[in-house]
Amino acid sequence: MLKRAIFGLLVFGLVGASTYASFFIAPDERTMGLIYRIFYFHAACGWVMFTAFFICFFCNIAYALRREPRWDALGVSAAEVGVAFNTVVLITGPIWAHPVWGIWWTWDARLTSTFVLWLLYIAYLVLRTLIEEPDRRALLSSIFGIFAFLDVPLVYGSIRWWRTQHPQPVIMGAPGSGLAPAMLKVFFFSVFAMHALMLLLLSERYRVEKMRGEVDVFRRELEGA
Amino acid sequence: MSLLANATTLLGKELRTEFRSRELLTTTGVFILTVIVLFSFTFDPGAVESRRFGPGLLWLAFLFAASLMLQPCFLREQTNDTLSALRLSVSDPFAILLGKLAANTLFLLLTELLMLPVFGILFNVPVFRVFGQLVLVLFLGSLGVSTAGTALAAISAQARMRELLLPLLLLPMLTPVLIASTQVTIDLLDPSPFMEWKGIGFLAVFDLVFLTALWLFGEYLLEE
Repeated sequence: MLKRAIFGLLVFGLVGASTYASFFIAPDERTMGLIYRIFYFHAACGWVMFTAFFICFFCNIAYALRREPRWDALGVSAAEVGVAFNTVVLITGPIWAHPVWGIWWTWDARLTSTFVLWLLYIAYLVLRTLIEEPDRRALLSSIFGIFAFLDVPLVYGSIRWWRTQHPQPVIMGAPGSGLAPAMLKVFFFSVFAMHALMLLLLSERYRVEKMRGEVDVFRRELEGA
Repeated sequence: MSLLANATTLLGKELRTEFRSRELLTTTGVFILTVIVLFSFTFDPGAVESRRFGPGLLWLAFLFAASLMLQPCFLREQTNDTLSALRLSVSDPFAILLGKLAANTLFLLLTELLMLPVFGILFNVPVFRVFGQLVLVLFLGSLGVSTAGTALAAISAQARMRELLLPLLLLPMLTPVLIASTQVTIDLLDPSPFMEWKGIGFLAVFDLVFLTALWLFGEYLLEE
């Protein structure tokens, strides 16, 4: 209990510090002014979203091969946390886009593929609600999770090749792109803080899922008796 | 070798079952036709617009049809309680999936080929001068749709609300197929048609990725 409380406080400190850094330490951007500062939050959440979905993918494979309930619990926790960050990305994106591009939404590669990603993982969560039997639910959803994750690069590639008119990647993009060193530091600090937040949410959600599994076992025993 | 032999036998069984009644093919064909006709009301189907929007609408109609057509492939086995018998009769459960997936690809391709001339006539698009190339796109697209679709049909057949669930699972996953095959079809129906090989290659990669995933993890879908 104490460990969790300390970890929680630490994460809130980190997120608070990264918010402060993105508002007061990062330098102004030449053309976009204040609104660009949402980028530290938006892009960091984007990276965290991918980490969460990758954890989910790993757990799905682990469950399919090992059949240990903890992989299923961790997988669904990662999927839910990933969807939460994905939602944040989808909401903060338009908040930035409207003043900068003049429109809330455009059907470009990264926006659209993030949206499709969101739909895929929502489908994963919906699927889980529609199968009663825990082992079957775990197995079938893990297979769907594997398929969904494999689909992601294909979705991105297809949209990027045939459906795009969008800004090039800024970080790890083409030569000539990139951030000023001070911005980069703040950005990586935000990414770190958001990952810490993800770990906190993930561990809490995992605890809940494990308890839910235990309750489920008891309920079934009672119903069977 | 026994894998292919088993799959072929199962494909034969699927084809026999279907061609006794032809229910699936007729219903899917009529469904595609309905969707095409309804789509024509959503824009002015002149020559330029038809070339620009037609292929996308056609592929969307195919995907919708597929998401309904794939439903019965495991439900039939469930209602007749024949899936465990099937599992006992083959050494590799992947053969079951392979047989079903081949049958689904064939059914889908057949209805698409039947509907293609109708689409060409209704929307004034010359489909016959590039027929060979179109068949290639239809084949690769349908193979992708049925590979992902067969796996997801096996999943949704074991859940509640399965009729609604399959399209929900399948359609977002088919985004890459929709985009690539629509693009290739648009280029083929251009007044000066050309083959976009990048799209063909992309569809082949999609098929390969999902076939491999099905081969690796598919057997888990059929566990009792």
